[in-house]
Amino acid sequence: MKLKGYAWKFGDDVDTDAIIPARYLNTTDPEILAAHCMEDADPEFPAKVRKGDILVAGKNFGCGSSREHAPIAVKASGVGCVIAHSFARIFYRNAFNMGLLILECPEAAESIVTGDEIEVDPDRGVIVNHTQNKTYHAQPIPPFMQDLVRAGGLMPYVKEQAQKQSGA
Amino acid sequence: MPQTIGEKILAAHAGKDRVHPDELIEVRVDFALGNDITAPLAIQAFRKAGATRVFDPARIALIPDHFVPNKDIPSAVQAKEVREFAQEQHLVHYYEVGRMGIEHALLPELGLVLPGDVVIGADSHTCTYGALGAFATGVGSTDLAAAMITGKVWFKVPHSVKFVYRGKPRPWVGGKDLILYTIGKIGVDGARYRAMEFTGEVIGSLPMADRFSMCNMAIEAGGKAGIIAPDALTEEYVRGRARREYRIVRADPDARYEAVYDWDISDLDPVVALPHSPANVRMVSELPDISIHQAVIGSCTNGRLEDLRLAARVLRGRKVAPGVRCIIIPATQRIYLDALNEGLLEVFIQAEAAVSTPTCGPCLGGYMGILAPGERCVATTNRNFVGRMGHPQSEVYLSNPAVAAASAVAGRIVHPDAL
Repeated sequence: MKLKGYAWKFGDDVDTDAIIPARYLNTTDPEILAAHCMEDADPEFPAKVRKGDILVAGKNFGCGSSREHAPIAVKASGVGCVIAHSFARIFYRNAFNMGLLILECPEAAESIVTGDEIEVDPDRGVIVNHTQNKTYHAQPIPPFMQDLVRAGGLMPYVKEQAQKQSGA
Repeated sequence: MPQTIGEKILAAHAGKDRVHPDELIEVRVDFALGNDITAPLAIQAFRKAGATRVFDPARIALIPDHFVPNKDIPSAVQAKEVREFAQEQHLVHYYEVGRMGIEHALLPELGLVLPGDVVIGADSHTCTYGALGAFATGVGSTDLAAAMITGKVWFKVPHSVKFVYRGKPRPWVGGKDLILYTIGKIGVDGARYRAMEFTGEVIGSLPMADRFSMCNMAIEAGGKAGIIAPDALTEEYVRGRARREYRIVRADPDARYEAVYDWDISDLDPVVALPHSPANVRMVSELPDISIHQAVIGSCTNGRLEDLRLAARVLRGRKVAPGVRCIIIPATQRIYLDALNEGLLEVFIQAEAAVSTPTCGPCLGGYMGILAPGERCVATTNRNFVGRMGHPQSEVYLSNPAVAAASAVAGRIVHPDAL
């Protein structure tokens, strides 16, 4: 599976309050959360982001709160993949648990600018920038995380385990 | 091979003699928690997984504290969802308004999280319990759901980083200043994925409240955990509260650390983190004139009795400056009652501060002190990100309780000795 979309570029230390401000945490509805995704960082983002677009950021993306509403909001906004120099720990876990594709790639995070046309091959960790005619290689996803993704996220994985146990 | 505290605790819970940094392990969870914002998603995930029963109704706490007492109808609906799940699952540790407190102040107070524990919480400040010598870390709602079902969680064993604090702290310098200083030195991702171990003579002389403040903000440096080795003070705190067996774990003397920071803090004055990063740290004495509109004293970082005593020492016989709202929030009902009995609440009310029932409220811009565009607040809370306490064009300055109280009186950010 390959993803293709236009880049939205943000800086370092994009925190979870920027991804989804806490004032909207009185709901878990993905559509409502998506309507406010990144709005304090870029008020135009929720209205202008298109399905399949790629969110690109610097170091420590998703720092701060443990709110799973953050990857939910990003995914529901239509973003196909987040590429960052690095991710904060809890966000990294939450993204996999929610089935939001994320890739660590310092080179891509530095080079890509807003509006670049980006193609991502998550299986090979290859990112192609068609606008700049450049190719970047992302950190491969650790095998353990690939297992989780293959199962469809943490809950389907746990469900499989539970069924195995009750069937035994 | 010698091990750090975190490695020892994780190994014991993974059924292994030892673990190595970067190793993936599955560990038994002693205690898991969620709140009114994160639990609804965890409950949805629990149901989606087809689960019908939690692994142990005595090892899970659900604590409505963020948007309760209910701030609006959607918050009331979320709180109701959590309440009904707690009833359905016969959870022993559900704490309703009137009995609840801010989760990270309440659970240690009740002796529910203990030395040597592995604790996970669907709240990033779960790392607070490291002050007891536990391995405690924040996770998302789905991880909480999985732990509620299985009693287990997977971890990548973090590398450990040691922070040694030497010297004699100046007056008004406490745990909050030490952790802000630390974040200022290493940055908001300076300990990303790492277990931070706080040691040294200064830590040994810190009261438990200050140790909780320090471990609480390990996440603000990206840390997976903040840990302080248990000592006589820890045991004194835990004795009489603990509701089950616990285990004192200390690092081996020759344990390996990825990095060691060794600081003499004798010259450190109270500090403030300026907008919009907890790493943007300056000494109060070096600040230009910064007028404020609000002061908030409370939160899981600084809403404990010792924090309120510090605020009262500054506010006694003084008045909050005209044009400033000072909001003081004891973190638990117990703390509220103790503050009442010690006469602290009277000091606050005479000073014309507002005193609230326990809630996370303003810290995360929920309610109970939201800022308008252009407004500035000095707060004893833990984050000063854009829009954290209200409008994206408002500003939050993080400080210790004495600086926040002094600033409320002066109407601008000042050192307590400047009054």
